[in-house]
Amino acid sequence: MTTTTKYQQPNVQGYYGKFGGAFIPEMLHPNVEELRSKYLDIIYDPAFQKEYKALLHDYVGRPSPLYYAKRLSEQYGTQIYLKREDLCHTGSHKLNNALGQILLAERLGKKRIIAETGAGQHGVATATVCALKGVECIVYMGEKDIERQAPNVARMKMLGATVIPATSGSKTLKDATNEAIRDWINNPTDTHYIIGSVVGPHPYPDMVARFQSIISEEIRGQLKEHTGSELPTHVLACVGGGSNAAGTFYHFLEEPTVQLIAVEAAGHGVHSGLSAATTQLGKPGVLHGSKSLVMQTEDGQVVEPHSISAGLDYPGIGPLHAHLYDSGRGVFLSATDEEALQAAFNLAKKEGIIPALESSHALASLEFLSPVNAKKTEAPIPAKAMFTKDSTVVVCLSGRGDKDMATYMKAMEGK
Amino acid sequence: MSRIKELFQQKKNNILNVYCTAGYPQLNSTVPVMKALQDSGVDMIELGMPYSDPLADGPVIQASSTQALANGMTIATLFEQLRGFRQQIYVPVILMGYMNPILQYGFERFCQDAADMPIDGLILPDLPEYEFETEYGPIMQRYGLNFIFLVTPETSEERIRRLDSLSTGFLYAVSSSSTTGKDKDMNAVNNYLQKLQDMKLNNPVLVGFGIKDKATFQQACEHANGAIIGTAFIKALENTLDVEGDTKKFITDIKS
Repeated sequence: MTTTTKYQQPNVQGYYGKFGGAFIPEMLHPNVEELRSKYLDIIYDPAFQKEYKALLHDYVGRPSPLYYAKRLSEQYGTQIYLKREDLCHTGSHKLNNALGQILLAERLGKKRIIAETGAGQHGVATATVCALKGVECIVYMGEKDIERQAPNVARMKMLGATVIPATSGSKTLKDATNEAIRDWINNPTDTHYIIGSVVGPHPYPDMVARFQSIISEEIRGQLKEHTGSELPTHVLACVGGGSNAAGTFYHFLEEPTVQLIAVEAAGHGVHSGLSAATTQLGKPGVLHGSKSLVMQTEDGQVVEPHSISAGLDYPGIGPLHAHLYDSGRGVFLSATDEEALQAAFNLAKKEGIIPALESSHALASLEFLSPVNAKKTEAPIPAKAMFTKDSTVVVCLSGRGDKDMATYMKAMEGK
Repeated sequence: MSRIKELFQQKKNNILNVYCTAGYPQLNSTVPVMKALQDSGVDMIELGMPYSDPLADGPVIQASSTQALANGMTIATLFEQLRGFRQQIYVPVILMGYMNPILQYGFERFCQDAADMPIDGLILPDLPEYEFETEYGPIMQRYGLNFIFLVTPETSEERIRRLDSLSTGFLYAVSSSSTTGKDKDMNAVNNYLQKLQDMKLNNPVLVGFGIKDKATFQQACEHANGAIIGTAFIKALENTLDVEGDTKKFITDIKS
């Protein structure tokens, strides 16, 4: 499908450009090394592929539709397609990766699964695949997020998982990730850690990107049926750690005509002090085992980000995305809490689809890129990223909005 | 000759290295705690630089880091506190910390300032060997700083030899694959330390993680050159009103 791998794959040390690597304490070395030395052989074993593909089809419900959004296209004066990851089992793209990793863990002989979660989507996906395979599941979740995301906590429990509150530090996703890593250090032989995003030490960013790459693999085939060409002109996805964006971009990374547009969460505004726009605010640093862009103080202490969407509320970004940003291959935009809310209500009314708050950030960026009445942004947008009326735009609708109804209800009361 | 090397030449056994967190329990406790440790007969000090996300540490040391950060501790403040500290502290001092704050400070600037103090060595648990060899090791070397690698019971013999060859000063034997502050099965620890001893490594070996009192210290010292105590000492300083007195009491109990 592609001939070069300038962006798609990291080098042997796990670096995408200057980002990546495996900055881990020696205590984690055996676990990570075992994974690194085996993951490609396991994943590309025909028996693995057969089981994975069958479960993606029968259990996850793939392929997810690529839907031509007619009224949205009219509104923005271009051709817009939605990749419906929201229709996957458990309500988001997260299951693609959790399923791949549970099959991998099984082949590594691991009996115990741990995971971190912020909004709870990855926690639910992990609890789901653990139930599917009858494996013990422990999910670390920040104490604050447990309070904010009660329905997902209940779902995980119903699926048989143990949810452990992370009470250290800021008590949110980054601390849940710290606790999961510590659990892995303390249980080096029987446990596999299912990381939910394209973050963490090598080989996680590459492994998770490969499991999510099914998204863009399907887009190519589906788009050809719709338009006669496999290639869109623009693909858009929201980015927290960046797993749905990695999956959406993956098979277009080496196609220079395809504009890759990543949308971060600007919270109350990029420079408001309450934001999660890592590429705009972060500096190179090391977080959770890889070198990437990290939101931090001048003294190198990691700061707590803010976004209305818990899934984008992360002070780092996957090293692949840091490289796409740094190299200019990707265009990085951001949308505020308010803009994301408006985009969610707009999609609900225009297309009858209630999107997750995360995905709503990607939808919000349509406002900036449209050939008609584009909304001005603080920083000018590169001309190549702007749509024309003939552009073929694919937006990854990474998750559905059921989990966000409390926030949407509050927004409706305020109107 | 480095202070660390000198220490191991003069003393082969029962070396007591104690960890304390810079800026804990109070911002200005750093040097007084170190002085109290030295005066109580500690052979070496591991001084932790607080970080918001200390992956290799357990809850007690993380809580001390969180407290130290709330107290206002930074790398720049630490170097201010340490300026001139060699007038009263003569034992070897190793800085322990995580990569991110050091990268922000500037790695070379950090090494230069540490060497100016002078600090004797560094422990950076999240600096892997590849990055050490290709980028950061030569900088430390240029400033004469020792660098101490960790090994665990899960580390293969081949890898232990390799990390031993890269380490300078000593090798830090983590008593089991775990974060700091967990209780260990001392029999399994003994077998592992015996294995290290039989390997006749280039570097002296200090045992850390799970050493908390006189009994565990002595046991560790049977198969190694000494041991490192961290969590238990940080606990002893929790809510202390008398840093000097409580430090002396803690160390005396171990050395008695």
